Amino acid sequence: MDVIGSQLVAGVSIGSVLLLVAIGLSLTFGQMGVINMAHGEFIMAGAYTAYVVQQILGDAGLSLLVALPVAFAVGGALGALLEQLLVRHMYHRPLDTLLATFGVSLVLQQLARDIFGAPAVDVRTPSWLQGNVEVLGTVVPWTRLFILGVVVVAVGGLALLLTTTALGRRIRAVVLNRQLAETSGISTRATDRLTFVIGSGLAGVAGVVLTLVGSTGPTLGTGYIVDAFLVVVAGGIGQIRGAVLAAFGLGLLQAFVELSTTASIAKFLILVIVVAFLQVRPQGLFTVRTRSLA
Amino acid sequence: MTLELVGVDAGYGRTQVLRDVNLASEPEGVVAVLGHNGAGKTTLVRTAVGLLRPTRGQVLWDGEDITSLAPHKRVARGLAYVPQGQQSFGQLTTTENLQLVADRARPRARRAALVDAAMERFPALTAVATRKAGLLSGGQRQQLAIARALITEPKLLVLDEPTEGIQPSVVAEIEAAVTDLASSGTAVLLVEQHVGFALAAAARYAVLASGRVVSTGAGGREAHAGVREALTI
Repeated sequence: MDVIGSQLVAGVSIGSVLLLVAIGLSLTFGQMGVINMAHGEFIMAGAYTAYVVQQILGDAGLSLLVALPVAFAVGGALGALLEQLLVRHMYHRPLDTLLATFGVSLVLQQLARDIFGAPAVDVRTPSWLQGNVEVLGTVVPWTRLFILGVVVVAVGGLALLLTTTALGRRIRAVVLNRQLAETSGISTRATDRLTFVIGSGLAGVAGVVLTLVGSTGPTLGTGYIVDAFLVVVAGGIGQIRGAVLAAFGLGLLQAFVELSTTASIAKFLILVIVVAFLQVRPQGLFTVRTRSLA
Repeated sequence: MTLELVGVDAGYGRTQVLRDVNLASEPEGVVAVLGHNGAGKTTLVRTAVGLLRPTRGQVLWDGEDITSLAPHKRVARGLAYVPQGQQSFGQLTTTENLQLVADRARPRARRAALVDAAMERFPALTAVATRKAGLLSGGQRQQLAIARALITEPKLLVLDEPTEGIQPSVVAEIEAAVTDLASSGTAVLLVEQHVGFALAAAARYAVLASGRVVSTGAGGREAHAGVREALTI
C-alpha cells in the first residue's frame, strides 16, 4: 500500500510537470496545428526570467511570485515575435514550420549561452518552499505541491478563458472553422496572434516553476519538448481535457513502470506504449464529436 | 448599399470558373442567382464575400473597391454571408454561436439583446440553446447559420443555397424568413437551385452557366419561362 501511495504521488508530481510544459503547446500545436519546436526555448526563457528577476530583487520568495507574470509576458512577447516574423507565413505548412522553428530554437539556445554562459545558473528555492510534507504516507517536497498548484491555476484559467470569454469563443471558432469565423466577422489573424501569445506565455510560466525541480541551462527546454508533444498527441488534438488526462496518465505510467525498472527503460517503454496506443486510436483520447463536418 | 462584381474572373489554381461576370445587388430586395450544379454560383459568392480573390475585375461596395478587403472587414461594412451546407461551429453551443458574432457589437449592452432577437426570429433555436451546434438537425443548423448572419445587422445578406438538403417543413420557415427580411429593407443576394422560391422572392435574377452570366431579368413568377429556357441552354 505504501509503495502504491508513494508511486501515486510521484506519478501526479511527474504529471503536473508534464502538463505544465504541454499546456501552452496544446494551444499552439493542438489547436492551431503549428509545430513549434522553439516552444522548449520559450520554457527556457521563462526559467532565465526567474533567474534575472531573482538577481534584481534578491529575495527568492518574492522573486518567484514576481517572475511568474513576468515570464508569461516574456514568453508571450517571444511568441508574438515568432508568429509575426515566421509562423504566420507558414500556416498549413507543418513541415516548414517544424524546420524553421527548430532553427529558431538553436538560435535561442546560443543566445542564452552568449548572455548567461554555458553552465547552468543557480536559481534559489524560496525558504517557504523548502522542506517536505507527508501525503498518503509519502514524503513530498513543497516545491512539487507548488507546481501542482500552478498547474491547477494555469489549466483552470485557460479553461475559463476558452469557455466563458469572448476571446475564448473566438479562439475556439477559429480552430473549428477558419473561413466561417472570418466570414462571421472575426479577424482570424488577430485571433491567431493572441492564441500564440497565450500559448507561449504559458511556456514562460512553465519555465519559472521548472527552476524549482532542475537546473537552469540553455538546453533546459530540449528535455521537455518531446514529452510535451507526446502529451498533446496522446490527449487528442485541440483537447485541453485530453492533455490533462494524458499528462497525469503518462506521469502515473512512468512512476509505476519505474518501480520494476530504471527511469531510462521506463521512458522507452512509455514511448512504445504511446506509439501502440496511437496505432489503435490515432486521434488520441478525445475527438471532436458532431453531426456536421464543421 | 450595393455590392457589385465588375468583369470578374475567378477560379481555383489554374482552373478558371468565373468569366467576365458582371452582377450587382439591389439596395433593397432580393437578387437571385440561378444555375445548375457546377455553374459557378458558389465561386461567385465566395468571390463576393472575399474568400476568393478574383484574378481579374473588381468587387465594389457602394462604389468603393473592396477587392482586396479581408472577409471580416466586409462583415463590419454590412456584408453578411450564409455559406452552403448549414455550416456552424459544431463544438460551440447554439447560444455561443450567436454570442460569438454579437461579441463584436458596440456598445456592450446591446449584445444580449441581439442574441435574444435572433432566438425570437427562429424560435426552434430556443429549445436547443445549450446544445452543441454539431448535434443539431440540418434545419436547425441552417436557421442558426442565418440567425448568426443577421446578428451582424447586415445591409446585404448573401445566402448560398439556404434550402438545400433541408426537410420541407423547415424550408417553408427559411423561405418565410428570407421574404420577411427582404420586405423589411435588407438586401439579399440569393443563390438557389429551387427556382420557384427564388423567382417568387426576387426583384431581379441572373442565370449563371459555365461561369458566365447568360441571362438576366426582372423576378416574379412570370419570369419562370425565360429562366427555364436559360437553364436548359
